Amino acid sequence: MAEPASHGEGKPERTPHVHVPPASASSTASQEDPGADADLLLAATSISKAFAGVPALIDGRIRLRRGSVHALCGGNGAGKSTFLGILMGLQRADAGTIVVKGKVAHYASAAEALADGIAIITQELSPVLDMTVAENIYLGREPRKLGWIADRAKMESDATALFARLGFDIDARVPMRSLSVAKIQLVEIAKAISRESDILIMDEPTSAIGEKEAATLFKAIQSLADQGVGIIYVSHRLTDIFQIADSYTVFRDGRFIETGDLADIDRQRLISLIVGRDLREQEARQSTSTGAPMIEVSGFSRAGHFEDIALTVAKGEILGLYGLMGAGRSEFANALYGNDPKDSGSVRIEGQPVAIRSPADALANGIAIVTEDRKQTGLVLTSSVSENIVIAALDQFSRLGFVDGKKVAGNVDEQIQRFRIRTASRDLAVQSLSGGNQQKVVLARCVETNPKILICDEPTRGIDEGAKREVYAFLSAFAAAGNAVLMISSEIPEILANADRILVFRRGRIAGELAGAEATQEALVHLAS
Amino acid sequence: MSTELTTNATATAGARSQALGRFLSRYGILLSFIILFVILSFAHPNFLSTANLMNVLRQVSINGILAIGMTFVILTGGIDLSIGSVLALTGVVAGSLVTGADPYNPAIAFLAAVGVGALFGAANGTLIARFLVPAFVVTLGMLSMARGATLLYSNGRPIPNLSPEFRWLGQGFVLGIPVPVIVFAIVFFAAWITLRYTVYGRWIYAVGGNVKSAKTSGIPTRTVIFSAYLLMGALAGLAGLILTARTTSALPQAGLGYELDAIAAVVIGGTSLTGGVGSVVYTLIGALIIGVISNGLDLMGVSSYYQQIIKGAIIVVAVLIDRSRNMNA
Repeated sequence: MAEPASHGEGKPERTPHVHVPPASASSTASQEDPGADADLLLAATSISKAFAGVPALIDGRIRLRRGSVHALCGGNGAGKSTFLGILMGLQRADAGTIVVKGKVAHYASAAEALADGIAIITQELSPVLDMTVAENIYLGREPRKLGWIADRAKMESDATALFARLGFDIDARVPMRSLSVAKIQLVEIAKAISRESDILIMDEPTSAIGEKEAATLFKAIQSLADQGVGIIYVSHRLTDIFQIADSYTVFRDGRFIETGDLADIDRQRLISLIVGRDLREQEARQSTSTGAPMIEVSGFSRAGHFEDIALTVAKGEILGLYGLMGAGRSEFANALYGNDPKDSGSVRIEGQPVAIRSPADALANGIAIVTEDRKQTGLVLTSSVSENIVIAALDQFSRLGFVDGKKVAGNVDEQIQRFRIRTASRDLAVQSLSGGNQQKVVLARCVETNPKILICDEPTRGIDEGAKREVYAFLSAFAAAGNAVLMISSEIPEILANADRILVFRRGRIAGELAGAEATQEALVHLAS
Repeated sequence: MSTELTTNATATAGARSQALGRFLSRYGILLSFIILFVILSFAHPNFLSTANLMNVLRQVSINGILAIGMTFVILTGGIDLSIGSVLALTGVVAGSLVTGADPYNPAIAFLAAVGVGALFGAANGTLIARFLVPAFVVTLGMLSMARGATLLYSNGRPIPNLSPEFRWLGQGFVLGIPVPVIVFAIVFFAAWITLRYTVYGRWIYAVGGNVKSAKTSGIPTRTVIFSAYLLMGALAGLAGLILTARTTSALPQAGLGYELDAIAAVVIGGTSLTGGVGSVVYTLIGALIIGVISNGLDLMGVSSYYQQIIKGAIIVVAVLIDRSRNMNA
C-alpha cells in the first residue's frame, strides 16, 4: 500500500525532502523545531482528516518560507482542498501539527486564522458588486468618525495608498462592478494584505481570467513575495506554476509525496509526481467502435466559452473529452444538450440533421446527459428515488396524463437491481443516499429515456472506487450495444482507461486528439495546460 | 449536514429517534389537529354540534380553496400575494352579473369569475415564468392593481340584491351539506389526485425541487410555473364567487389579507416555502387548524384582536417546528 514515490530514474538531482509516506507518521518524518528558522512562516506536518470514516487527507504537510511562492500540486482527490480548509480553520484536523510563525496553531474558525495573518483567495470570489472598491476592502472593519459614521474619505485614501504600495493600477472609488475578474482578484489580494496577512493562499487564481490579466496577477504576486509575504499557490496549470512559483509540494491520494525547489525539477517529472505510477491498474477497455458515425457535431461556438468545436462519436465508441476546469467542456456539453445557449453549431444524428434547442429536443433525439453536479443540476434531492428515475420518461409510464404507479414501481425496482442502488426503498428521498448511489440514480434516469447517445460530465466525481467501477462497466456495456458515449472527465486515469479516443480542450478550443491506445498522462496534461 | 439514512437493520438509538422524527414529520400536524379538536370539544359544549362543525367547514371552504391553489404555487417555489384582491375583483364582477331586475344565469357569473381570476393568474404567470420577475414583486404589484380595478369597477360600493339562484352557491345545501363545502371537497380531491397521480403533478414537484434538473429532464419548466399561477387565479375566482354568494352582496373590500391566511394554511401544513415538498392533504389540515382555532376562540368569546395575535403566533411556531425538524434530520 505504502509504495514509495518513485524518484525520477536517471535524474539524480538533490531531491530535497523526499519522503516515503509510512503507515504511521513518525520516525524520520518530522524534524521541525519551530522557532529555529525565522523565515519559516508556516510548517504543517502529518495532517490527517477523514470524513465519515473515509480519509480525505492522510499525511498533509507543507513548509512555507517568507518571500516564497510555493506551488501546492496534486490531482483530484489529492487532499489539497481539505488541507487548505484545515490551514484556514474551516475544518478541524484529526491529527497533525500546524506551526505558524513559530507558534503551534489550532484554529477553530477562519476568523482565527485570519487574525494570525493567514488569508485565502478562493476560486469563487465574493465581492459586494455595488459597493466601491474601498468599501469592499474595509468591509466589516470600516474606519469610523464620531464612533459610528463610516469614514469614507479615510477608506479611500487608505485603499489608494495600499494600491500604490502594491503597485496595483486600480481606482479605489469606483464600484466593484466596473472591474474585470482579474482586477477583482487583485482587490481581494489587497484586502488580504490590508489585514496584515503574510500568508496568502491562492486557489486556482487564473481559472477565470485570460492570459493578459494573468500577467498582471503574476506581477502582483511577485511584488508581494518580494515584500516578504509567503504564498501558497494552488493550480492545475503547470505553465503558471513554472512561471510564478519557486518551490513545490506534491500531494497524491491524500498523502504528501515530495517537496523541493522548482529549479531542480522539470515539467515531465512534476507531472509524473502528480499523476503517480500506480494509477493505471484498471485495464484499458477494448474498443467497440464500429466506425459508423452516431453523432456529428460541427461549428459549435459560444462567445467566451468555446469556439468552433467539431467532433464525431461513432456507434459503439466512448469519446473522452479532457481539459482543465474552465476549458469549456461542460459548457459545450450543455449547449449540445440544449440546456445552455450556443451562438452557432449544427448536429447530425445517424446522418440526419437535427435541431436541438431544449433538453426536450435532445431527449426526443435520443440524447441523455449526466450533468457535472448531481446535486445542483442532476437530481431533485427532495424527491424519491423512484420519482427521480422516471422523471424524464413519464410519458412511457402514463396514460391520459395519469402515472401508472404499478408500472413505475416495477420498473424502478428493476433499475435499482440493475444498478445495484443501495436504498432502503424506492420511496426514500434521494438526498439520503450516498454520492455513489445518487450517481447511479442519475444513470438509471438516463437509461429510462432509451438514449442512443449519452453525455457524461464527470460521471464519477466524488464517488468511491467501487461505485466508479460499476459506472465504468455500465458505460462500456452501453457503448458495446452500439450506442455512443461522450465522456467528459478531469481524471486522467479514468479517461485513459475508458475512452477509445480522447479530445483535449484548452481554453474553449480542441487542442488535440489522441487515440486511446497511444494516449498517455503526460501527453494529455501537455495538451491541456 | 449529510443525512445518512442507511439501510442498516441494526436498530440503534439514533435510528429510533430518527424513526420518531419521521413519524412526527409525517403525522405531527395531524396529531396537533386532533389534540386541538379534543381540547376544544371539552372547552365548549357547542363545539361538537353538527351545526357548528358545518359552520366551521363552510368558513374553511373559502380559505381552503385558496390554500389549495397556493399549495401548487408554493410547491413550484413561488408565492402569490395577489389572490385577496383578485378574489374581490371576481366577486364584484360576478355580483354585477346577477343583480338587478334581469340577472344572468349563475353559470355565466361562474364563468366570468373564474375567467377573470384565470386572466390575472395568467398575467402573474407570464411575468414570473417568461420574464423571470420575482413572484413576490409581481404578485405584490398585482395585489394593488386588482384592488384598484375592483374599486373602479364597483365605484367603491357594494353590489346588493344578488339573485337567489346565485346566492344558493354560497348559502344552499345539497343533502344537508353546504354547497361551498361540496365545492371545496371537489377542488381538494381533484388537486390531490392531480398532484399524486398525474404526470403534471410530478412536474410540479420536480420544478420546485430543482428547476435545473427538471429542465434537464425535458420538463417544460416555464409552462409548469405559468400553470400554477393560472390555476391559482382561477381558484381565487371560484373562491370570490362563493364568498360573494355567501355574503349576499359583492363587497369591493372583500378578501383583505386572505392571501396571508392561504399561505398560513400551506405553511402550517408543512409545505416547504422553498418548493418541492408538501401536499394538499397537509394544506387541508392546515386550513382546518386555522378554521377550528378561530371558531373555538369565537365560541369562547375571545376578541378577534386576540385571535389575530394567536393565529400569527401559531404560524411562526409551526414553521419553527418545521425548521428544527429539518435541522435534526
